[in-house]
Amino acid sequence: MNLNEFWDYLIPGISLGALYAVIAIGYTLVYGVLQLINFAHSEVFMVGAFAALLVFTKIEPSNPSGLMSVGLVALGFAVSGLAGAGTAFALEKVAYKPLRVRNAPRLAFLISAIGASFFLTHIAGKLFGRDPKPIPDLFVNKKVFEIFGARVSVLQLIMVGAAIVMMIGLDLLVNRTKMGMGIRAVAQDAETAGLMGVDINKVISRTFVIGGLLGGCAGFLFGLNSQVTYTMGFFPGITAFAAAVLGGIGNIRGAMIGGMVLGIVESFSAWQFGDEWRYVSAFAVLILVLMFRPTGILGERLGRTA
Amino acid sequence: MSNNTVIKQRSAESDTATPVIAVRGVTLRFGGLVCLSDVELTLNRGEILAVIGPNGAGKTSLFNSLTGVYVPQEGSITLNSANGSTHALLGQKTHVVNKLGLARTFQNIRLFGALTALENVKIAAETRQRTGPVSIMLGLPNARRAERASDRRAHNLMEFVGLGDKINELASSLSYGDQRRLEIARALATDPQVLLLDEPAAGTNPTEKLELAELIRHINAELGISVLLIEHDMRLVMSVAHRVTVLNFGKVIASGTTAEVQRDPAVVEAYLGAEMAAEMLDAQAQEEE
Amino acid sequence: MSSVTTKTREPEASFSATSLAKLRHKPWYKSDAFRRLVMCVLLGVLFTIMTGEQAGDDVFYSLNDSLTNWPWLGTWVAVAVGIWALITFHSYLLGNPALSPVHKVIKDATAEVKKVTPVLGRREVKWPLIIALVVVLALLPTWVSGFWNQVMVNEIAVYVLLAIGLNVVVGWAGLLDLGFIAFFAIGAYSAAYWTGKLPVSPPVELTPFLVIPVAVLTCLVAGVLLGAPTLRLRGDYLAIVTLGFHEIIYLLATNADEFTNGPAGVQGVPHPTLDLGFWSYEWTTTDLEQYWWMIMVIAGILIFLFLRLEHSKVGRAWTAIREDEVAAAANGVNTVKYKLMAFAIGASTSGIAGVVMASKVQFVSPASFELMFSVLVLAYVIFGGMGSIWGVMLGTAFLAWLPQILKDYVDEQDRHMYLGAILVIMMIFRPQGLIPSRRRKRELNLAKEGLGDADAMTEPVGGRVS
Repeated sequence: MNLNEFWDYLIPGISLGALYAVIAIGYTLVYGVLQLINFAHSEVFMVGAFAALLVFTKIEPSNPSGLMSVGLVALGFAVSGLAGAGTAFALEKVAYKPLRVRNAPRLAFLISAIGASFFLTHIAGKLFGRDPKPIPDLFVNKKVFEIFGARVSVLQLIMVGAAIVMMIGLDLLVNRTKMGMGIRAVAQDAETAGLMGVDINKVISRTFVIGGLLGGCAGFLFGLNSQVTYTMGFFPGITAFAAAVLGGIGNIRGAMIGGMVLGIVESFSAWQFGDEWRYVSAFAVLILVLMFRPTGILGERLGRTA
Repeated sequence: MSNNTVIKQRSAESDTATPVIAVRGVTLRFGGLVCLSDVELTLNRGEILAVIGPNGAGKTSLFNSLTGVYVPQEGSITLNSANGSTHALLGQKTHVVNKLGLARTFQNIRLFGALTALENVKIAAETRQRTGPVSIMLGLPNARRAERASDRRAHNLMEFVGLGDKINELASSLSYGDQRRLEIARALATDPQVLLLDEPAAGTNPTEKLELAELIRHINAELGISVLLIEHDMRLVMSVAHRVTVLNFGKVIASGTTAEVQRDPAVVEAYLGAEMAAEMLDAQAQEEE
Repeated sequence: MSSVTTKTREPEASFSATSLAKLRHKPWYKSDAFRRLVMCVLLGVLFTIMTGEQAGDDVFYSLNDSLTNWPWLGTWVAVAVGIWALITFHSYLLGNPALSPVHKVIKDATAEVKKVTPVLGRREVKWPLIIALVVVLALLPTWVSGFWNQVMVNEIAVYVLLAIGLNVVVGWAGLLDLGFIAFFAIGAYSAAYWTGKLPVSPPVELTPFLVIPVAVLTCLVAGVLLGAPTLRLRGDYLAIVTLGFHEIIYLLATNADEFTNGPAGVQGVPHPTLDLGFWSYEWTTTDLEQYWWMIMVIAGILIFLFLRLEHSKVGRAWTAIREDEVAAAANGVNTVKYKLMAFAIGASTSGIAGVVMASKVQFVSPASFELMFSVLVLAYVIFGGMGSIWGVMLGTAFLAWLPQILKDYVDEQDRHMYLGAILVIMMIFRPQGLIPSRRRKRELNLAKEGLGDADAMTEPVGGRVS
């Protein structure tokens, strides 16, 4: 094992892990309030990336730098976050709420979510083309500093920084605000929360919106890191779900840790076994975790315990 | 009831007091909440033991611990089978506990509503058969025999609990009292040594309660099944139970025959509150003087 | 209907109704009618996009084209608004629906159908009907053109086989298996391996028919290895684990070149041969009827076996687990064992289909095993009515046939989009499917009232505290 290469792969692993953590939070939040895997969350992520792609293709920034770049990145976050939140909101209204009203079995929710995911993927493919497209450069992605000879780029800093900001913000939101209290109450016992005057529908809707916001932003970052295509949501989605389970589904801090771990594992397996095997590692980790510690690293918290 | 000698025989047996289920020092916690603390309980063979106590005393938690739904952190639960073998029940899977000879009903009836009454009982009866999927798919003689056997057994049990005329009705369309009976029939179909009844009289009318008491005695006497009964209806408890164990705040506060327990100050206190209990005991003492 | 009653109300009553409305402070933009209008208009726009042009090199091309194609957009929005008007003002537009002639016709028709159904169930009617149906199906390939013959074998028959298997898992055991096609792939690659067409050579070469039991065994083992640990967990984990398993198998098929020959796939899987000593037969590419009949026989055998299972203690145990896992376990049903059984049976059926497919097209490549196909089969099963074999077969046949008919009008790439939409719409409006199974329909109704689960998605009971 070459130590230099170790750092070369660790750093992209961490920045990727930060993204997975942000997406994983979306899964964990929805799981917390509904006890359901939101299969369509990966498409929220994809829509966020497309929103940024569309806006920047329209704007066509030419050699941006300095303050201009900061503005563009902020715009990217705003646009993709809004698009993600909007998609998640619509998703809940169309694919989940009608089933919730009728007390449908969980199987029906899963199928409906898979249907929605399929629909969104392929309508995006039809609408925006099926070839991967890069988001135009928003800044000069130069080396900022080196750690043990491994370069750390602007983009990687943005990814990690944005993820940290979002995670801290979310943690505060869930643990310190009234809205967060509502989410936690519904997560613990929706029925009782309803009797105590919490508007369950509103809480669920807001939870989707928060998850969608984070997912959309993650989509933007992912699009900057590689390219934007209609199927881009699938692998990060599955990996992020694995991360959520790894950390303990329903547990927000667990999702963060799980995401980090999986990002690093993926980067290292790409290094050790070749790039085509990078996703196999995530699935293998998922299956192993479920076999040996189904409640995840930190255990299930936000969700019902029994 | 049709055969008084049988009843006498059974109660005579219970005097020799061989325990079927022995619960020793069981403690169950959920986080900081202690549901059961150091619970001791013995069910003798052929006996009807009632577990009573105020709401939230831990009665259903006890049942769930016995049947493997919860795993208590401390203590032991042992089952002494009729064939002489002994099994530790703690930490066993629910279906294994059932296989060892503990069948239960639920406080809030849990039947398979989309199936007919007969099918409900058959499912339970069939868990005792060993036919595998291959012989079923190929329609081998042993599979056909097993199907007929479970059919017969289910019919007999439906007759036994008095639902002989409702065999082909959907379980969800039966009346409340009939659903309670069907649940008992389903539990009996697994050929248990011990039957756990969780508030079987809840929500039934006085006539149904009388019939139910009759049925419980019947099960105990004719089928020789030991019964552990959780019940709030004191009249029912006093009329069927041989012994009573009282739980309060997850602890056993009294245990003994119905008459003993009724006089126990701790029990009266648990049900009526300390002041009332003191008054009542005073009154009792005066009477006795 | 409500508006009819309002018209006949006393003045005081309507006054109190308006004052109530005032008390509730519900502005017009929050009224149900307005929300429905917005929804309908949005749906109209969505349909315009869905039926619009395919994307070009420019990201905005399709979007611009759809939204500036005024006649097309206008038509869809007009239709949407029309539907909205019909929903909202149907009593004004059509009068009391209970009195309308359309309603009467529908009512009479359903009454007739209800009269006929029990007759169909009678033994002396049912069997001749089934025999007639089988005869018609058997003769079908001799009537249709070569193209449709291809479609029947490649698209419909193979998928019907798959759907019969998935129905056991999803419809009967109530589990969601998203890696169903992984077992199909295992079957197909087994066929290629045991006939010596993979880069690695087998210990003995077998004929395709002999591969079937081997493939069944392989898939059973794979299914048990995958299912045993995950089925102990909450049911929805199975969905994600099977999805992961599918991707691992797919990536293996694509990347493990030295074993599978990678994305290029392998060619020359032999056609099945039958040699009974006194009589032998070889299937060929040219006579497709032979394949149709072969799959009919295989499907017939499977249906026969599975129906027996469904109407036995196994089927009852599955129902019990779907409805109430705790109660099932408390009555001695080994829930994990029965779930595993369903999962493994489904897996091996998929394996059989894989062998058949491989020896029919003589070619195995990863492209035939994309995740999309798992979702496709799932959509077929749900559309037909999970839990009912006949419904599932009909649904599969219909949905597999539809794209072929619409081929000239709808772009094939849009197929998946419509499939996704079908899944969502079915779950919202008709979760029981086209021809529902009786048990499942009852379960869904009970679940609606808050009784029972209607799936096996909860965690198996026992073994965990807190």
